[in-house]
Amino acid sequence: MEDEQSFSDICGGRLALQRRYYSSSCREFCLSCPRLSLRSLTAVTCTVWLAAYGLFTLCENSMILSAAIFITLLGLLGYLHFVKIDQETLLIIDSLGIQMTSSYASGKECTTFIEMGKVKDVVINEAVYMKVIYYLCILLKDPVEPDGISQVVPVFQVSSQQLSKVSPKNLLRFPVLRISTATYVQ
Amino acid sequence: MPGMVLKAFFPTCCASADSGLLVGRWVPEQSSAVVLAVVHFPFIPIQVKELLAQVHQASRVGLAVLGTWCHRRQETEESLGHFLEGLGAIFSHEPWLQLCRERGSKLWSCKATRRQVPPHPGAPYEDQVMLVFYDQRKVLLSQLHPPAAVPDRQAGDATASAGGLAAVFDTVARSEALFRSDRFDEGPVRLSHWQSEGVEASILAELAKRASGPICVLLACLLSLISAASACRVFKLWPLSFIWSKLSVCEQLRHRLEQLTLVFSTQKAENPTQLMRKANVLVSVLLDVALGLALLSWLHGKDRIGQLAEALVPVADHVAEELQHLLQWLMGAPAGLKMNRALDQVLGRFFLYHLHLWISYIHLMSPFIERILWHVGLSACLGLTVALSILSDIIALLTFHIYCFYVYGARLYCLKICGLSSLWRLFRGKKWNVLRQRVDSCSYDLDQLFIGTLLFTILVFLLPTTALYYLVFTLLRLLVVAVQGLIHLLVDLINSLPLYSLGLRLCRPYRLAAGVKFRVLEHEAGRPLRLLMQINPLPYCRVVHTYRLPSCGCHPTHSWGSLCRKLFFGELIYPWRQRGDKQD
Repeated sequence: MEDEQSFSDICGGRLALQRRYYSSSCREFCLSCPRLSLRSLTAVTCTVWLAAYGLFTLCENSMILSAAIFITLLGLLGYLHFVKIDQETLLIIDSLGIQMTSSYASGKECTTFIEMGKVKDVVINEAVYMKVIYYLCILLKDPVEPDGISQVVPVFQVSSQQLSKVSPKNLLRFPVLRISTATYVQ
Repeated sequence: MPGMVLKAFFPTCCASADSGLLVGRWVPEQSSAVVLAVVHFPFIPIQVKELLAQVHQASRVGLAVLGTWCHRRQETEESLGHFLEGLGAIFSHEPWLQLCRERGSKLWSCKATRRQVPPHPGAPYEDQVMLVFYDQRKVLLSQLHPPAAVPDRQAGDATASAGGLAAVFDTVARSEALFRSDRFDEGPVRLSHWQSEGVEASILAELAKRASGPICVLLACLLSLISAASACRVFKLWPLSFIWSKLSVCEQLRHRLEQLTLVFSTQKAENPTQLMRKANVLVSVLLDVALGLALLSWLHGKDRIGQLAEALVPVADHVAEELQHLLQWLMGAPAGLKMNRALDQVLGRFFLYHLHLWISYIHLMSPFIERILWHVGLSACLGLTVALSILSDIIALLTFHIYCFYVYGARLYCLKICGLSSLWRLFRGKKWNVLRQRVDSCSYDLDQLFIGTLLFTILVFLLPTTALYYLVFTLLRLLVVAVQGLIHLLVDLINSLPLYSLGLRLCRPYRLAAGVKFRVLEHEAGRPLRLLMQINPLPYCRVVHTYRLPSCGCHPTHSWGSLCRKLFFGELIYPWRQRGDKQD
């Protein structure tokens, strides 16, 4: 069973939340971020090349132009591979654990799996930064202290930053999300 | 545990095996069944139980028959189904798994039944089952980081409290005895597992294992001879021991000798970490020697050593000339500052005389330089790190005059600062109390005050001159130290980079596992959930961090703050103190 909802962030890009129900013991939540816009890409490329051309007219060295092309290509590849996240997925498997995957625009996938034995709780945390931002995070147990918490792992690291710019009425959806994930987690 | 879904870990290699019995380990705390192999028909139940007891004794892993596996050809093989259900009576196990698959389709069905009365009312007789597929070969060969506490072998069937998935890895890794027989063996029981098509082995690996024994013994003897010779009494006499401690080449050779002793020691590695360390050291030494030989062949071709020797003396002359110009400049009006004429001339002439002596020594040595360089260049065959250490030592020797000037300037400046601080206290009417380590007020006599103030004034007005000489020579010394530091950094990098681990991460990423990742396979309503468990490899930065080799220990011992403080007060700095040296 699939369910899709879309939100929009302050820049006008479209954020989509997809909920998949595989079975009573396995659910997946998938947040897709807005894609790389052609407008911003063109703007950055033009700026860099204009600056390089300006330097070239000053120095009369054609190496500057080749260097500018090189830098633009490498920068774009680096941005797509290391910075631009396309999709963030949260897979919850009953009595196994929670898996968080971030897929980058270049196709790279970065996965973290947290075993159920290490999860203490899944909570919604509030951060006060200019205004109140709500983000979902997982509390991990401390191996040394039975009641302590060793780490707080935020879920949906990139998308939640963008969702926080969304209007308050969409924030109400998070409490619903919280109740549903807590029951799936053991 | 109540409420937990039953997880059945099934090896992907057995997905196409014929029908039979499932053999593996049941972990009750995680409610998971780790299937290790499939026993095919025909078999005699007694022999199956004997095989399991044998494997239990060899590996201390409690194996049992977990259930049945049915791989049907057509729908009409109902008799097989009934036969398999009857087996549940012979091999009793709670819960009894029944996995079934249609040949050629992706439809699986699982059932887990319990015979006994459930522990509390309301619990079902049948459990919900989740299938997790895993690649047996990769899970066997991989190593989880951070390593879970290895259960004691003597403790028998140790608890799986070391994390649920670490228990799966542990079970598969320790059940090697089960995977030794393949389908070409004439044993009583026919098994299907990852090695059932033929046991994996490599001729080169076997030959290397056989040869490594005698080679290790031989090299260990040789290395112990060399260490005994170097620990000989002759080298502990004063001039030699002093020189040995100052040269970085000796430190590097000693480090390499220690590492080689570790690699070729006749003791077997106790755990995988030690094995990786040995492998890393061996690869690092081999790369070092290869780079050194490349450097050697480059140096000795086209008479480069001759060219180098010819260029060396003019360069040293040039440096000395530049220093002379610098001193002449300081003796005049440097940067428009007005120096105290007499002191300036004294210091300038003193340093100029030293410089003159140095140039004479260089010219005396010049006919022998080529010979010396040629023989020193041969040492590059011991490794690139040795060659770089020698380079660093040659730089230190050639700039010895700069070091001397720095020491003179620093001592003079230090004395001046000490005198100034104590006379300043006198000027204010205070005194340093040595007993209480603090400043106390003190009443001085008139003549004490008079002489003290006079001396204070003299020192204050002579301060700019001394400070300027000190500043110039300290900067030169810091420049030389920075160049030496860069060379040491490069040597450290070659020494400590774990190349074998990086190569393993590149070519066999499943060997170094940071964790696992799951993928949900095709799912149909009413069918059990199927997941694929894959190994999540360790990121490169963590590989380097975990398997870094210990380096020489030639790291700066000061922080920036203490360095600035020492420079201000004129204390001598030795930023590249080697391990074991006494503090000055």
